[in-house]
Amino acid sequence: MTLSAAREFSGENSDPSQKDRGAPGPLLRVQGIEKRYGPRIGCTGVSFDLWPGEVMGIVGESGSGKSTLLSCLAGHMAPDAGRVIFATRTGPRDAVTMTEPERRQLARTDWAFVHQNPRDGLRMGVSAGGNVGERLMALGARHYGRIRTTATDWLGRVEIAADRIDDRPSAFSGGMQQRLQIARNLVTGPRLIFMDEPTGGLDVSVQARLLDLLRGLVREMGLSAIIVTHDLAVVRLLADRLMVMQGGRVVEQGLTDQVLDDPQHAYTQLLVSSVLQV
Amino acid sequence: MTVMIELEGVGKSFTLWNQGGAVIPVMADARLTVAAGECVGLTGRSGAGKSTLMRMIWGNYLAQAGSIRVAGVQVAGAEPREVIALRRATLGYVSQFLRVVPRVPTIEVVAEPLLTLGLPADRARARAADLLARLNIPERLWSLSPTTFSGGEQQRVNIARGFAHPWPVLLLDEPTASLDAANREVVLTLIEEAKSRGAAILGIFHDEGARARVCDRLVDVTGFTPGLAA
Repeated sequence: MTLSAAREFSGENSDPSQKDRGAPGPLLRVQGIEKRYGPRIGCTGVSFDLWPGEVMGIVGESGSGKSTLLSCLAGHMAPDAGRVIFATRTGPRDAVTMTEPERRQLARTDWAFVHQNPRDGLRMGVSAGGNVGERLMALGARHYGRIRTTATDWLGRVEIAADRIDDRPSAFSGGMQQRLQIARNLVTGPRLIFMDEPTGGLDVSVQARLLDLLRGLVREMGLSAIIVTHDLAVVRLLADRLMVMQGGRVVEQGLTDQVLDDPQHAYTQLLVSSVLQV
Repeated sequence: MTVMIELEGVGKSFTLWNQGGAVIPVMADARLTVAAGECVGLTGRSGAGKSTLMRMIWGNYLAQAGSIRVAGVQVAGAEPREVIALRRATLGYVSQFLRVVPRVPTIEVVAEPLLTLGLPADRARARAADLLARLNIPERLWSLSPTTFSGGEQQRVNIARGFAHPWPVLLLDEPTASLDAANREVVLTLIEEAKSRGAAILGIFHDEGARARVCDRLVDVTGFTPGLAA
């Protein structure tokens, strides 16, 4: 039971055809996003198009506005200006001007959000299987056996043993919690996933495993992703393209290895040359 | 004769902002063509810009001037997704360094380009196993990450990955460096096979014997180096 099963749960009748995913045109069009905290700039003048299957990294130091931008894009925070136009299954819609119920619906179907701290994205008092099943139930799935089968399948895909399905996440290690959060997010077959420092709090050995898992899932599901991180090694391995932020503004963007190997902006040059070599 | 790589008037300089904005011109008016089935070798002393030229074709160095066409796609000024699509199906690259996610098994590292192209996992792995065996990587190492391998073994894993898919255009940066005679022979045979299936190959070979054997033409990049050109 895999993606098609998940989509069946999500109430979608049509086959999850590649045609749908490869539809011409961007999946997300971001235009002139600005957020101010009083007189201070959170982020300003951010525009880009994200295409189906593209993975974009956003890097910058603390306070550069990358997390503010992600919150505005994902609908966790209302921007002061700008549009976030998402190609929904029924046509392009501006997520900024949507009603709250519409945005919530989008957040549980086509969108997913992986928080840096798994505690922010999981229900710690509910079993691992329940955490994964909950998103399916929110979409109307009611058949217990099928929900449990799908949950078991997803735990397997994120390398959590089936016999841990009834354990609570509080009994899991940090890496396992993060993988569970990913399973919970991907079970409904989203098309766009937002990630805020997904490997942030993890040991390097656990990071590597998570990176490999994310790469595989993005490839198999044809997902588009926006990943905020301060770790240049993570973006090099995960992102097709890269946006560099400083002081709330985008100072450079382009193909990931081009931005890292031949940075054009003074700040990017400083950032790249500051990485410790191992 | 189909031209697969075509450079015209390509120029490049580096601006070093943390050194007072010093501008260092490294290439001017570079031009070359590589046709299908042809192998062209880049020559010139160390630092003349052979790798820089190759990186501009791969797209990780920006060209400031000129046109770089690979299989009809204009790489200079291309959108990231156009370059990604080109690299996925058309343009292959064997660099001197293996860059992988730590802890991923060698066989998966080699199979990955094929999985990205949508090949079923068993066929991708079978192809990877073939190449690893040809390049004399012992089977007991296939399930281990190549990050712990010797330099020569890493180089061979890199080559296996670079030949996993029959890319119509191939960039080879010193593919025979740090290889013993037997493995050098395997790599040269792989290059000859790629040529005979019609691949256009641009390579840097410090190994003169290898160069003489596989290259149809040589292009001296010294002619494109500002201040060094005759």
